[in-house]
Amino acid sequence: MTRMAATRDGYGQALLDLAGNEKVVVLEADLGKSTKSLHFRKAYPHRTISCGIGEQNMLLVGAGLAASGYIPFASTFAIFTERAFEQMRNGVARPNLAVHLCGSHGGTHTGTDGSSAQSIEDLAVFRTLPNVVVMHPCDDVSTRELTMQLPALGKPSYMRTARNKTPVLYDGRENEVKIGKGIVLSEGNDVAIIACGVLVSESLKAAESLAEEGINATVVDMHTLKPIDGQLIDDLVAQCGALVTAEDHNVIGGLGSAVAEHIVANSFAPLEMVGVPDRFGESGQADEMLEIMKISAPYIALAAKKAISRK
Amino acid sequence: MSKSISELEEIARKCRVEIVKMVHRAQAGHPGGSLSEIDLLAALYATRMRIRPDDPKWSDRDRFILSKGHASPGMYAILAEMGFISHEDLKSYRVLGGVCQGHVDMKWCPGVDFSAGSLGMGLSFGMGCATAARLDKSDRRAFVMIGDGEMQEGSVWEAAMAAAHHELGNLKVILDRNRIQNDDFCEEQMRMFDIPAKWKAFGWNVKEIDGHNMNEIMEGLDFLESPENCQGPSILIAHTIKGGGISYMENNPSFHGAAPNDEQFHQAMIELGEVEA
Repeated sequence: MTRMAATRDGYGQALLDLAGNEKVVVLEADLGKSTKSLHFRKAYPHRTISCGIGEQNMLLVGAGLAASGYIPFASTFAIFTERAFEQMRNGVARPNLAVHLCGSHGGTHTGTDGSSAQSIEDLAVFRTLPNVVVMHPCDDVSTRELTMQLPALGKPSYMRTARNKTPVLYDGRENEVKIGKGIVLSEGNDVAIIACGVLVSESLKAAESLAEEGINATVVDMHTLKPIDGQLIDDLVAQCGALVTAEDHNVIGGLGSAVAEHIVANSFAPLEMVGVPDRFGESGQADEMLEIMKISAPYIALAAKKAISRK
Repeated sequence: MSKSISELEEIARKCRVEIVKMVHRAQAGHPGGSLSEIDLLAALYATRMRIRPDDPKWSDRDRFILSKGHASPGMYAILAEMGFISHEDLKSYRVLGGVCQGHVDMKWCPGVDFSAGSLGMGLSFGMGCATAARLDKSDRRAFVMIGDGEMQEGSVWEAAMAAAHHELGNLKVILDRNRIQNDDFCEEQMRMFDIPAKWKAFGWNVKEIDGHNMNEIMEGLDFLESPENCQGPSILIAHTIKGGGISYMENNPSFHGAAPNDEQFHQAMIELGEVEA
């Protein structure tokens, strides 16, 4: 039986694991219970700074701390990180201060809160900022591993985590998770499916159904969207000759765009982009949202066949 | 760090000369807010800031955050006066590759602690610096200068509320209350009503002074540093004159962000005692 867990729990665990570093501080905007920074708060209240419901202030308090030698981890819902976009741009990214921002409850998978809480543009907007590393891991283990690597990064980052549980893929495979390096989860030569976040497990399901039809797919967990693993993309183009991207994010500006930007400049292969079709969400269960947005496993499999047909 | 009132006034006068020269040379920039803040900056830097111009990144230095970062000529002038940068560096204001970027930038200019230019951000950053000092058990302070028009940004009040909640007694704000913003007088753009009452209501220690009277400025800085005002954040509301010191710029909204022409420049140098009439 596959273990199920939410990526936000991996984030909360990582903060505890990092606490031995006295320079690590945690910033909250009244959502620590949700983003899972609350565990750090309980254990290390003097190194946890409540910013109230004030995301703009939180980002810049983080910048001031980073400029003073601290390693701040700030979190809120992905949607509310966008409220502090200009603070991230002008106060964090521009002076290259290593503030680590985590946006939980990203994507339509967030579910029943509805469209106001379903960030579908966070990865796109933060990807446009120079100096900022952008990540969207798919399970709690990789979230924890990536978060643990952030203090050594020396530059700002944005990581999206998810509210709901997804299959855990990396138990016992922790060493494979490195910032900036995509991970090949299954091998096939007909098509490569490059996914992030909650759609990684959907892509594995799609690969299984494709295999039943005699189509062999490579599935890649591209947990880091920026810097994108260009070498791996080039290898996938050479190996498979057709690509699919899959993300719970607007099809504009996210992982699909990052892959497209790379291949148009470096190599060529047909690319089908599975993502939220430039529309807002609505209230629904996580699995229902993937269906209504046409980003669940069957749609990924369909896109794979289309990509192959365009070879 | 002891300076007489007349010495401080002379530092401010020399800075005013540099401000006008910088803006005239670049034919761009923000003279009005630089002139309104400069007496405050002169007194703060020359008598209070614990800094090492030969070691600008000294970790235990007091921080100064010019949140109204467009008023950069004022800050560059005092940084040159203190020896962080040279007077020659002032010629690089708004010039490609220059240390004196259009808005103050910590990546470009020694002595600049915050990359400003977008209003409403400096107080939050200062709160981060003050929080770090507390975590470090250091007695260093974070001084933040904000503008009055800037208080129309909502994030200023997020920071004001948070700093009082966390009782950051090492956070000191100086408000350059020059009554003019980009488009017009503040009173026309967005009335701010009782500013001291607003800050008091947010839990801050508040004092008002004449921001061009060096005796009052020193009293105001004493207020910010007094032990009884180090239990929570404090703000010095300095009533100033936009363009203060240059007759045709004073209280003139058009000199918020405009450079003097050659004739006006000459007039300014006469008024500042640099050349004879």
